[in-house]
Amino acid sequence: MDNLFIVVSHLNPDPMYKQITDQVKEAIASGGLKPESRLPSIREMARELKISEITIKRAYSDLENQGFIITRSGLGSYVADINRDKLRQEKWKEIQKEIMKICKTAERFNISTREIIALIKEIKESSDG
Amino acid sequence: MDETENILEFKNVQKRYKGFALDVISLNLPQGYILGLIGPNGAGKTTAIKILMNMVKRDRGKVRVFGLDPQRNAKQIKNRVGYLGEEQHFYGNKTVAWTGNFVSTFYDNWDTNMFQSLLTSFQISRTKKTRELSKGMKVRFSLALALSHHPELLILDEPTAGLDPVIRREVLELLRKKSKNEGKSVIISSHITDDIMRTADLVAFLIEGKIVLTSEKDELLSNWKRIHYKKGTLDSGIVNSLTRGKDHAFGSSGVTDCYLEIKDSLTQGITEGVVKIENVNLDDILISLVKGA
Repeated sequence: MDNLFIVVSHLNPDPMYKQITDQVKEAIASGGLKPESRLPSIREMARELKISEITIKRAYSDLENQGFIITRSGLGSYVADINRDKLRQEKWKEIQKEIMKICKTAERFNISTREIIALIKEIKESSDG
Repeated sequence: MDETENILEFKNVQKRYKGFALDVISLNLPQGYILGLIGPNGAGKTTAIKILMNMVKRDRGKVRVFGLDPQRNAKQIKNRVGYLGEEQHFYGNKTVAWTGNFVSTFYDNWDTNMFQSLLTSFQISRTKKTRELSKGMKVRFSLALALSHHPELLILDEPTAGLDPVIRREVLELLRKKSKNEGKSVIISSHITDDIMRTADLVAFLIEGKIVLTSEKDELLSNWKRIHYKKGTLDSGIVNSLTRGKDHAFGSSGVTDCYLEIKDSLTQGITEGVVKIENVNLDDILISLVKGA
């Protein structure tokens, strides 16, 4: 399970099951979890994270309903194959929200859209080295 | 901080009992602040407070309250301090009104109007006998008694122990109001760290008779963090500096007490998603300090 890095915190405002689904999705999106690879069993994850199995079950069933994983009875849960586009769509919406926030802040401080676009380009270029 | 600003000062104070020793090297409280004294049961919180109130005599060291020595100026100090102990003792057969009258005789500056209005706002019946008051009512009543001579310093020893959350919150909010609106100084001791989290500006941890850490609460909480990391992604120097390490199949973690110092070296890991920072609460800090002691 070297590809899975999960942190669950009581102090995080999100419910436990959502913290888990978010991090599994992230691992899938980043390519850390490849399609067809096997997820830890519900029991194993519950034991390692010291969280109730009910919570993990909820997380897995959400992931399954949203099409990110497939559970084969008796065999365990696997990363589904179709999900990259789906994740992209989800992220697209998140990014949209973030940009809206940035635009609102910029407006308050009189920063133009052109300046923001230039800034994004600049940041991107310097991080790409 | 300049010494003259301190309402309260402890310097190299020692008190020994058989099997227990209190050693407070330094503890100060500037005017208008709320100091939370945190420690496990039996750490010496009550002893320290009783030294202030001259209910216990220190063996050595210097203690000043309003610049006065409690062993010499106990009466003057008590006139300016409102004290609420762990347990409330009253004459059970006497009424609330009688008890108020009785207590008022100990103070030069007792404010009857204030006492009456506190009773009204706490909804305490003046004709009730004190033994008929519930635990929560007794604490409210004690607080009314402690506030009615306009104390400059409030000392509360485990004031919320055994109280329900509604009354607890009410007591804590009153303390904040007294401190922030009226400039009163407050010392509150508790092993319920949540109470301190909600009220205190400064915190001092008392463990096995020693003050092991004093800090502004906000600074403390911004420096103490639990760092979660994917195995093999964190600089080994940082890993070794962490305490209370945990390991599981999906990551490792440990507690740091100097997050602001190491923050920059974690930035890359955070953006790559292999390092995550979790806040800790005062309980976690207390446990870390107890284990390290």
